[in-house]
Amino acid sequence: MSRAALLVLADGRFPAGGHAHSGGAEAAVHAGRITGAASLEDFCRGRLHTTGLVSAALAASAALGVDPAALDAAADARTPSPALRAAARKLGRQLLRAARATWPGVELDALARRFPKGAHQPVVLGVAARAAGLGPQDAAHCALYESVGGPATATVRLLGLDPFDATAVLARLAPEADRVAEAAVRAAHRVAEEGADALPAASAPLLELLAEAHAARTGRLFAS
Amino acid sequence: MHRDHIDPHPGPAVLGADARRPDGTRRALRIGLGGPVGSGKTATVAALCRALRDEVSLAVVTNDIYTREDAEYLLREAVLPPERITAVETGACPHTAIRDDISANLEAVEDLEDSVGPLDLVLVESGGDNLTATFSKGLVDAQIFVIDVAGGDDVPRKGGPGVTTADLLVVNKTDLAPYTGSDLGRMAADAKAQRAGLPVVFQSLREDEGVAAVTSWVRQRLAAWAA
Ligand SMILES: Nc1nc2c(ncn2[C@@H]2O[C@H](COP(=O)(O)OP(=O)(O)OP(=O)(O)O)[C@@H](O)[C@H]2O)c(=O)[nH]1
Ligand SMILES: [Mg+2]
Repeated sequence: MSRAALLVLADGRFPAGGHAHSGGAEAAVHAGRITGAASLEDFCRGRLHTTGLVSAALAASAALGVDPAALDAAADARTPSPALRAAARKLGRQLLRAARATWPGVELDALARRFPKGAHQPVVLGVAARAAGLGPQDAAHCALYESVGGPATATVRLLGLDPFDATAVLARLAPEADRVAEAAVRAAHRVAEEGADALPAASAPLLELLAEAHAARTGRLFAS
Repeated sequence: MHRDHIDPHPGPAVLGADARRPDGTRRALRIGLGGPVGSGKTATVAALCRALRDEVSLAVVTNDIYTREDAEYLLREAVLPPERITAVETGACPHTAIRDDISANLEAVEDLEDSVGPLDLVLVESGGDNLTATFSKGLVDAQIFVIDVAGGDDVPRKGGPGVTTADLLVVNKTDLAPYTGSDLGRMAADAKAQRAGLPVVFQSLREDEGVAAVTSWVRQRLAAWAA
């Protein structure tokens, strides 16, 4: 495992399209559910244990070498909102482009051939982690960090939230993120043995509903 | 950087600035239009489409900040068929999408080439931004920076990467100079001093000449690209 490669992949500046997405934060701000640092923290904690856990398990499984197509189908089944499925594929395609340029290799090329319009982002993340010489744990941590880092940055822009407060939220959630990452990696090892049905299916219905409302709204700042 | 040879390890799709598409054909020339909010980027794009659409196959990508206004304006004005206009969402940060993280724009360009191509020319309009917002060379082959006389006649003197390094600087809305008290001579002298010989065009889209000078610059670029 290369710690430096992990930093490259996890860096918010990694050019893979994340900056245009809020991880549901814009819709939650609009609905009055995120109003400051405390509600941002609640929102992010909710994400960690739902979409974050599922994404992390997908990424960790892909990093272990589980068939990406099976994982992609499982991700579809765990994402009821068409808008979120579209966003996940779009981001997956963008990440795939960046990863192929950064860590060229046959597995990423094969993934691009198989999914020219993009696979679910966490699946691509796991294959990218593999290409970068990283393991399932790293992939899970990246997925979890993204699942809360995006909403935190977006909230700074949307509410003018103090950026120090937003970053402190992420730091406070770190021990919890570590525990979720461990659970995701355990699930990934089961997936490698038993198949994609062993993936967690923790869902956040409100995220799915708000994502649909957000996609239909005009005048939004973030794509999702 | 344009690689004119076929990549020795061809992947399933191109990654960035590669001059050829996966099937080996030359991709479209990509020209970016950037500049401050309201300077006339969309109006210039619309005029270019009208001037060039009968001679070349072209498409437009807009980068709106929180609306689809630019794309909708172009659709309403029917400057091109709707399938040739795509809007990219930029998440409150237009310069990120054209410079630091160009993946969404590259995908938009490539999807246009796949769906309505082959194309000769793709115009990429940035969302209105500040004087430092320039396009990545991984996204466009040449860039036009559009400022206007109403934004203050000291903008060329202030410089910044857009004014100093764009392949073409357009000073738009010269028809308004008498009303804003802008000194066009001073703007021209400052621009010349800032740009080390790079071209500058003064235009008014409200007058007969309109976009003619920019159009002929684009034609030269197209000829060089096809050569
Ligand atoms: N008088 C005058 N008005 C112009 C000219 N060119 C554009 N305009 C007007 O200026 C306004 C802004 O033009 P746009 O083309 O929308 O500007 P833009 O740079 O695309 O704006 P953003 O995309 O919002 O940054 C519109 O009302 C245009 O009609 C010109 O040459 N003269
Ligand atoms: Mg515009």
